Amino acid sequence: GKNEYDLLVIGGGSGGLACAKEAAQFGRKVAVLDYVEPSPQGTAWGIGGTCVNVGCIPKKLMHQAALLGSALKDAQHYGWNISQPVHHTWSVMAQGVQNYVKSLNWGHRVQLQEKKVKYFNIKGSFSDPHTVRGLTKAGKETVVTADNIVIATGGRPKYPMHVAGALEYGITSDDLFWLKESPGKTLPSFILYVSLECAGFLTGIGLDTTVMVRSIPLRGFDQASHVSKKKQICFTIQQQMASLVTEHMESYGTKFLKRCFPTKVEKLKSGRLQVTWKNADLDIEETDSFNTVMWAVGRAPDTKTLNLEAAGVKTNSETGKIIVDASEATSVPHIYAVGDITEGRPELTPTAIAAGKLLAQRLFGQSSELMDYDNVPTTVFTPLEYGCVGLSEEAAVQRHGSDNIEVYHAYYKPLEFTVAERDATQCYMKMVCLREREQRILGLHFIGPNAGEVIQGFALGIKCGATYPQMMKTVGIHPTCAEEVTKLHITKRSGLDATVTGC
Amino acid sequence: SVQAHKEEDNPRETMEANGLTPVPDSYDYDLIVIGGGSGGLAAAKEAAKYEKKVMVLDFVTPTPQGNSWGLGGTCVNVGCIPKKLMHQAALLGQALQDSRKFGWQFTEEVKHNWMTMTESVQNYIGSLNWGYRVALRDKKVMYENAYGEFVGPHTIKAINKKGVEKLYTAERFIIATGERPRYLGIPGDKEYCISSDDLFSLPYCPGRTLVVGASYVALECAGFLAGLGLDVTVMVRSILLRGFDQDMANRIGEYMKEHGVNFIREFVPIKVEQVEEGTPGTLKVTAKSTTGDQIIEGEYNTVLLAIGRDPCTRKIGLDKIGVNINEKTGKIPVNDEEQTNVPYVYAVGDILQDKLELTPVAIQAGRLLVQRLYAGATTKCDYVNVPTTVFTPLEYGACGYSEETAVEKFGEENIEVYHSNFWPLEWTVPSRDNNKCYAKIICNIQDNERVIGFHVLGPNAGEVTQGFAAAIKCGLTKQQLDSTIGIHPVCAEV
Repeated sequence: GKNEYDLLVIGGGSGGLACAKEAAQFGRKVAVLDYVEPSPQGTAWGIGGTCVNVGCIPKKLMHQAALLGSALKDAQHYGWNISQPVHHTWSVMAQGVQNYVKSLNWGHRVQLQEKKVKYFNIKGSFSDPHTVRGLTKAGKETVVTADNIVIATGGRPKYPMHVAGALEYGITSDDLFWLKESPGKTLPSFILYVSLECAGFLTGIGLDTTVMVRSIPLRGFDQASHVSKKKQICFTIQQQMASLVTEHMESYGTKFLKRCFPTKVEKLKSGRLQVTWKNADLDIEETDSFNTVMWAVGRAPDTKTLNLEAAGVKTNSETGKIIVDASEATSVPHIYAVGDITEGRPELTPTAIAAGKLLAQRLFGQSSELMDYDNVPTTVFTPLEYGCVGLSEEAAVQRHGSDNIEVYHAYYKPLEFTVAERDATQCYMKMVCLREREQRILGLHFIGPNAGEVIQGFALGIKCGATYPQMMKTVGIHPTCAEEVTKLHITKRSGLDATVTGC
Repeated sequence: SVQAHKEEDNPRETMEANGLTPVPDSYDYDLIVIGGGSGGLAAAKEAAKYEKKVMVLDFVTPTPQGNSWGLGGTCVNVGCIPKKLMHQAALLGQALQDSRKFGWQFTEEVKHNWMTMTESVQNYIGSLNWGYRVALRDKKVMYENAYGEFVGPHTIKAINKKGVEKLYTAERFIIATGERPRYLGIPGDKEYCISSDDLFSLPYCPGRTLVVGASYVALECAGFLAGLGLDVTVMVRSILLRGFDQDMANRIGEYMKEHGVNFIREFVPIKVEQVEEGTPGTLKVTAKSTTGDQIIEGEYNTVLLAIGRDPCTRKIGLDKIGVNINEKTGKIPVNDEEQTNVPYVYAVGDILQDKLELTPVAIQAGRLLVQRLYAGATTKCDYVNVPTTVFTPLEYGACGYSEETAVEKFGEENIEVYHSNFWPLEWTVPSRDNNKCYAKIICNIQDNERVIGFHVLGPNAGEVTQGFAAAIKCGLTKQQLDSTIGIHPVCAEV
């Protein structure tokens, strides 16, 4: 054909790379463009996208560092003699994490090479529906043409532009994971899961951390929305679970400034940051100084510099995200989009990867399988993790009516917490089922250690249409936390005490 | 063979016709449960819900070393619970090492104190024993710490620690006496060796330990002892984890070897002698090869026997009431409603022939049995696709067929095995083994590629496996597995 490539992927992140590599398997000529615009603080990184560089991977590793801090405390109860004091050095952790991330960048480059996918480190923008041009860092212009184009440019953290000093003095998750030195006393601001997870591990490694929340934690994403109401991930509007998670964090040592919103950030002579905020409850202004202020007020799609108008690709006027149909196609037939940039989809790596792969299979592999966005499981890696799949209790009530659903729940205590004398007050699970006939399971929610590991298998069950009786027929593995799911029998409706007693 | 008997048969008439002592029409109890372990207590508590008059007899015959414990059975006292806690202690030792790479700093020398751990574990067990006693009292279940032995139809003798005997009668009985560790039958075994019955409350650190056996008990104990810093050797007669998927078993063994556990393969001990007294002392073990005449000797502080468990069924008077047992194994054959050949006698738990020796299975069986007896339920215990986990240093979770059994049953050409190594994200930064964790699923090609076997080797294998077991119960196929999105980044998404 007249176009140079069969497929051009703009964005070398989870979705983009998965799509590109899959297409290459079919012997197609594929190119990937990836470019990281440095953050306002000047942070940049290699190929792999958000997940690898400034998302899931470094987040989970730092979460692990924090968990290991708790393990050190537990270990003493289990007989290990560790001299006090024990302290944490940020730079050792950061270096370990950053080295691993860099090995992943390298791994992706090698894979692309092996699969004969052409990689350009350029920032692309459309000049017409089949043509993308871009500048390398050195300023050299490259033009790429392709039959099919996939946009997978993801998102970047937002800044609260109405807060004076926010841009100059605050950092975001883009910067946090690449800091060479400890952020010290930190104020991650506002509440979205990114914020809770970061606040959680910062507290866990011993830093004085405060979270400022405008309204309620893990609020329904309808306002700062990047997930539409139709395809909400299971933990939105999940008030009960959100409270348990934040309650745990409070007992864990994270400070919360609730119903407060910042008004300005100023830099002091000492180098510290003075933050002023409005306390909505008391209707007063308060102030305090911190080493670091981190914004986690939501993420915005990276579409501005793409020049989508030149291609005719339509976006949602409110969110800026690209509108796609069930086959990931945009308003222009040969242009597709996957991942965080798409409107109405969960912002998760595994869905981006799956969507990217399936798209490549449909384009080049004679497949007609569409991506199924229902019942996508996910986990929030707060100090006490929260994993879920399916509908939240609120969504189930909204969809079916509270008379038609039954919620089974239990408070349990992980065996490992006993000897360690750890508080299990917030260890909790609930299963939302339809009341009628076979009692199909609509949603499962679990707070506790290794929540992701627990939920994954049950997500499969839900994909198979699991029912409450089938769950009860499944024998538990003893002793684990997950077995409690197979023993759920107290309903919320009964009002009975849901604390698990001995085996 | 065991047929389902109708309880309409009048045992009294039959007895009298045979010239035997008639049985009283009014019994002391509706139900007597012999054995206060996982199965027995679950059954007793369930029966109490239906306002039945229930008694539990529980008694622990002291070990050859003189060790005993409270109410709750094997799981609570000398099984799952202390095992998992000590396994956790060992995992925490590893976590300490990992934590340095994640930035935590503390002294190089980290030592483990056996007594601190054991005391904490025993305290927790004590709280469970107490909890069970309170639960039984609250539910108005009569409990006696006495050894139960049948003396005649519907009649049992209960002998307490002081030797005082009492007779009780009941309409029905559930035998749930469980098992105890087997000894080798060689000179010095009972005098000098310990078993899992002694290990979890050992009042001194076991030191350099020889574990005899290749059961999951042997490997789990060897695993955590090594993890706590002890010098551990495992003496194996033939294969590891008989009955489990052998590929997985070998991987477990390899991992343990690479992490400091010594293995002596194809040898059996023939004699144990005491070299020095002490807590622990020094023992000399002489062993013979199973493949030749070679004899070896070794010295250890502790010898732990984990060669198998035998049911407690031979000395409870079963012959007096005609309950059949398998003479060779001691296990009790039952029908699919847990009923023995004697209509009013049932059995649950580890003593059952051809059933799994797992706490949750015993609990499930006990509860469902009682619901069928007293609540008009018809649900039978589902023994198919019961998941399990072996808590070795590298944990192994499984549900369904092993690869060997699947090949045997369906034929190699009819099954497809999908497999993958994986590297837990948490192991990357501390540079831990990058090719040891492994997962495989076995699918039946002829049945829509239904998943008939699930195996995973990696951290938190139990947590990972549980959900998959539920999915397998729902008839999971490969296609459904493929279309389920993974949670990232966790091990289970592999």
